[in-house]
Amino acid sequence: MTTLHELAERLIAKGEGPREPTREPVNTTMIRHWTQAMGDRNPRYQGLDAVAPPAMLQVWTMDRESPSRGPLDDMLDALTAAGYTGVVATNCEHTYARYLTPGEELTYATRMTELTGPKRTALGEGYFLTWLTTWYAKDEPVGEMTFRLLKFRPREESSPTGKRKPYPLKPAVNRDTAFFWEGASSGELRIQTCGDCGELRHPPGPICPSCRSTERSYVRAAGVGEIYSYVVHHNPPVPGHDTPFVVAVVEIPEGVRIVGNVVDCEPSQVGIGMRVKVTYRRMDDELILPMWAPLES
Amino acid sequence: MSTAVAGIGATEFSKDSGRSELRLAAEAVLSALTDAGLTPSDVDGLVTFTQDANDEIALARELGIGELTFFSRVPYGGGAACGTVAHAAMAVATGAASVVVCYRAFNERSGRRFGQPNPHLGGDPSSLGLEMSWHVPYGLMTPASWVAMFARRYMHAYGATSEDFGRVAVAMRRHAATNPAAWFYRRPITLADHQSSKWIVEPLHLLDCCQESDGAVALVVTSAERARDLPAPPAVITAAAQGSGPDQMMMTSYYRDDMTGLPEMNTVGRRLWEISGLRPSDIQAAILYDHFTPFVLTQLEELGFCAPGEAKDFIADGGIELDGHLPVNPHGGQLGEAYIHGMNGITEAVRQLRGTAANQLPGPANILVTAGTGVPTSGLILSRA
Ligand SMILES: [Zn+2]
Repeated sequence: MTTLHELAERLIAKGEGPREPTREPVNTTMIRHWTQAMGDRNPRYQGLDAVAPPAMLQVWTMDRESPSRGPLDDMLDALTAAGYTGVVATNCEHTYARYLTPGEELTYATRMTELTGPKRTALGEGYFLTWLTTWYAKDEPVGEMTFRLLKFRPREESSPTGKRKPYPLKPAVNRDTAFFWEGASSGELRIQTCGDCGELRHPPGPICPSCRSTERSYVRAAGVGEIYSYVVHHNPPVPGHDTPFVVAVVEIPEGVRIVGNVVDCEPSQVGIGMRVKVTYRRMDDELILPMWAPLES
Repeated sequence: MSTAVAGIGATEFSKDSGRSELRLAAEAVLSALTDAGLTPSDVDGLVTFTQDANDEIALARELGIGELTFFSRVPYGGGAACGTVAHAAMAVATGAASVVVCYRAFNERSGRRFGQPNPHLGGDPSSLGLEMSWHVPYGLMTPASWVAMFARRYMHAYGATSEDFGRVAVAMRRHAATNPAAWFYRRPITLADHQSSKWIVEPLHLLDCCQESDGAVALVVTSAERARDLPAPPAVITAAAQGSGPDQMMMTSYYRDDMTGLPEMNTVGRRLWEISGLRPSDIQAAILYDHFTPFVLTQLEELGFCAPGEAKDFIADGGIELDGHLPVNPHGGQLGEAYIHGMNGITEAVRQLRGTAANQLPGPANILVTAGTGVPTSGLILSRA
């Protein structure tokens, strides 16, 4: 029987899969829809000589009606068959070579790059699967995406009704903060930006304190940071947490601070200046919290 | 118009009062009025904390006060303490009322305990609930943990140690040991006791945290002119101020600066010095809010008694004890006497100025008093008439 790692090695050796075509060329209609939906008012993306926002890279290839089967599918199927039925996205990084302009016809292709595991995570034991997708205009690479997901074996935490016990420390969420929690649910650390002056802000709010604009957008943080301060909670007991547990103020390179638990290490290993990366923990059927784990060297 | 504290009153300080909070409030107010040589019918104003569970009208009904022409509440937990006196003094100075009583009453130990986690802190879609929602889901939900986050950064920045925090606790318990009204009367501690006390939230030990108390305190504020004709020696309100800082939150202002100071206390201090024309060297004793030891160090720095980062040296060798260069909390503070949300510190300042304190200092002329730290806060300078 081949192990998961043997299969991974074979699939990685296959290299890049077939180039998939896209249904439509880069076009102004989609650019307009996207910038309006995102609240992005950059003039670069408007008018007759508009270019496409680089973050739209995936948008041009989202038509997945009849994609051909690639090495990734074999790997995902093997993991599912081995009992790792849960799936959660953990990282997504884009690199852009240049702006794309309306009319360009793109193709894209994917290669698997890494399988690590099994690892113990808050969601359960699982494997991290990483792949690299490259977008091409003719034969010129114009952008790349590294994507990592966790395929995990769900823990037996379900109640007899099949639902997890509700987490007792729910955040209040309103229309000013919903984007953050929605991001956490989809594995994104979203930091509010001002739609007018661009200032980043966390925690978020309805008005930009710098320019008083109500136009809000957000950026996806890279998901790394450094511990600025931290505490180790011992007493009294706190609902939903086993003591001792660590809470830190994390400074992220985007320029804001954010509070979260530090997990996947002993409290005694935590210190000011420690480099950490974001990790997402499902607390119940509704809530996923971004937390922080040591950044492996 | 100059104003003064003309009367002070309190219940006993305990862990289980056995009485309703409204009854505690009424007892403390009556005792303050008796001290001032006034009766309930003289009172036309009442001020308390937004957190107090006893409405002004309920208290007025119990005591037969009758008409009120001024009532006001001060928000932000223990940050309200000196603010109640500031509001009362403004009401008297503007003629809104002539005799205003400030009060705070709770069964904080036998009833709702602030130090216990409350899962609903972050669930409410008010501005405070939303603010708390960035912290409570991670279990960062007790006052000790909120303060510990600042304490850790302060230690990192200035090289302060847990022993430095412990020296504050030792000083407060030493003072309480000779104050018969203190819960910890005759129960001093050593630095070793502090170091071996259990962790609450690292870097804070149990003995870095103030006690929990049942009790009530009240103060009578009127014009300095009227106070001079009353039986108790007046404590003149030389300066009163409230303050909140930029990007202020409730004990979790982690997003604004280097996390080593208390900008809101700096605001209060600056106002107190401006209004009074005094300097730190004119102050003979300070009543510093001591719910957690680290912020006593920070307050000494923000108020200008020493430079940033130097409080650990300032408090060394008994610097804040009765015969030190600045006696702090001669009654034992909230660590030693009782936790009545800072109000028992104001009454201690009045006793020191009258010359009637348990641990009486030699004739202090000006005493500075502060309120809750880490929250929007307030302060007073009270002076001998
Ligand atoms: Zn702005």
